[in-house]
Amino acid sequence: MTMKRLINDPYDVVEEMIDGYVRAHKDYVKVLENDGRVVVSKKAPVKDKVGVIIGGGSGHEPLFLGYVGEGFADAAVIGNINTSPSPEPCYNAVKAVDAGKGCIYLYGNYAGDVMNFDMGAEMAAADGIRVETVLVTDDVVSSENIEDRRGVAGDVFVFKAAAAKADLGGDLDEVKAAAEKANANTRSMGVALSSATLPATGKPIFEMEDGDMEIGMGIHGEPGVRRGKIEPADKVIDQIMDHILADMPLESGDEVAVLVNSLGATPLIDLHICYRRVDQILEEKGVKVHRAYVGPFATSMDMAGMSVTITKLDDELKQLLDHPCDTPYLTIK
Amino acid sequence: MGQDYVLNKDYFIDVIKDLIVLAEEKRDYFTGLDSAIGDGDHGINLSIGFREVEKNLEEWAKEDLTTFFRKVGMALLSKVGGSAGPLYGSFFMKFGTPANGKDEVNFQEFYEMFKVAVESIEARGKAVVGEKTMVDALRPGLDAFEKAIEEGLAPKEAFNKFKEAANEGADSTIPLVAKKGRAMRLGERAVGHKDPGAASSAAFIETFYNKLP
Repeated sequence: MTMKRLINDPYDVVEEMIDGYVRAHKDYVKVLENDGRVVVSKKAPVKDKVGVIIGGGSGHEPLFLGYVGEGFADAAVIGNINTSPSPEPCYNAVKAVDAGKGCIYLYGNYAGDVMNFDMGAEMAAADGIRVETVLVTDDVVSSENIEDRRGVAGDVFVFKAAAAKADLGGDLDEVKAAAEKANANTRSMGVALSSATLPATGKPIFEMEDGDMEIGMGIHGEPGVRRGKIEPADKVIDQIMDHILADMPLESGDEVAVLVNSLGATPLIDLHICYRRVDQILEEKGVKVHRAYVGPFATSMDMAGMSVTITKLDDELKQLLDHPCDTPYLTIK
Repeated sequence: MGQDYVLNKDYFIDVIKDLIVLAEEKRDYFTGLDSAIGDGDHGINLSIGFREVEKNLEEWAKEDLTTFFRKVGMALLSKVGGSAGPLYGSFFMKFGTPANGKDEVNFQEFYEMFKVAVESIEARGKAVVGEKTMVDALRPGLDAFEKAIEEGLAPKEAFNKFKEAANEGADSTIPLVAKKGRAMRLGERAVGHKDPGAASSAAFIETFYNKLP
């Protein structure tokens, strides 16, 4: 099948995307002069604030660069498609946003990201800048062990909580604790209905029979738990919610934030049908939805599919998710 | 051992040129392996890295072997990203150190280059044999090379043992459950697929072998 993507040279996709992004959102962000893979907030470094740095591979837009702005991330470090950024931009991001209170790296748990960000942190440590890291591990079906799980759309809530803590004046330890608390209370699971197309090959990342779906698939096409014919939305959501609620039981009176996320090609009409079922299930259990987001937040290019993220809230997490932010892809007033 | 078997800069530059070709030719093959158990980026990222090496090769070729390989390693580290960037980046940055700023090495130094380079991959990736990674090709390969040298095999024959053991090691990843990297989360579903990192590592070693005099 012909690739249905509007690009130029496939080897230029990341650079051209960044260039377009900073042109479109020049009131919010700029690209570092000395590093084309670091997008920083126009407000950074913010005096007396812990620097919040997020990042990872490209192809998940608006993750990560879409969340750089006031009250949210100070910088995003951008890798090649589905690939961690290299150590140097991770380090350059620290140099650009550190305001003397240290920085936190927040990203999804993938082996490559860990190696590169860790090397960036080692370089910063050599300059006497303290950098802490919290890995997001929200994808319930990716491993039995929570610390081995990969990070998917739950990134958004974990980043938001940590960034709000930093914006409220928290020190590096408090920001790290807020990120860890948000991560510990966040679970996600997705379903894929088609593969994303890799620009460089023009081919799908993985083969999928027309009409099939795969429950539990990761945002890079990592295999999930079960493949079968596409089922009605309610039936798919029921299975996703079963996995999430088995992993993080919720009781009547609990409060949550919900994110129903498009993997790229699934339209808002479908997403709202999915959200409806998520909300019904929570309502039946007496769980209150404090905040709901429906849309493309952490995508996989042109992949069809969606994911559900649930974050269980206490008073602190509620305050952090409610805290104002102003970025091109998430604004809270 | 092999004191009169000298490998000069031309040999290494020819190998790098062949690696540049390999990265393009095998791009879709490595990417296909990675799609089965990872995220499908391995071949593309190697080609991005070696395109950067190609761009600078003429300039870097003026440097001694230590500096030359440090620059190759840094290019891979900065352009590739992912897991392959730090791993192959570390490999090449270390690879030139036993050359000690010279333009040629004897066979003992050639062995030491691979020794420090493989050890740097093990240290950076914190992986051991049996975890379905590059180490499954490189560690048994290096051990076989070392044994062949001890047994007094001629240089090229000794390195042939490295190549053979690395290829066998890459094949040995097919039935394994992954313990590292993205494939780790697949459990039994990674079984039956060759690890892309082990495959590219074995192909690299074969490239070094093919150019040996």
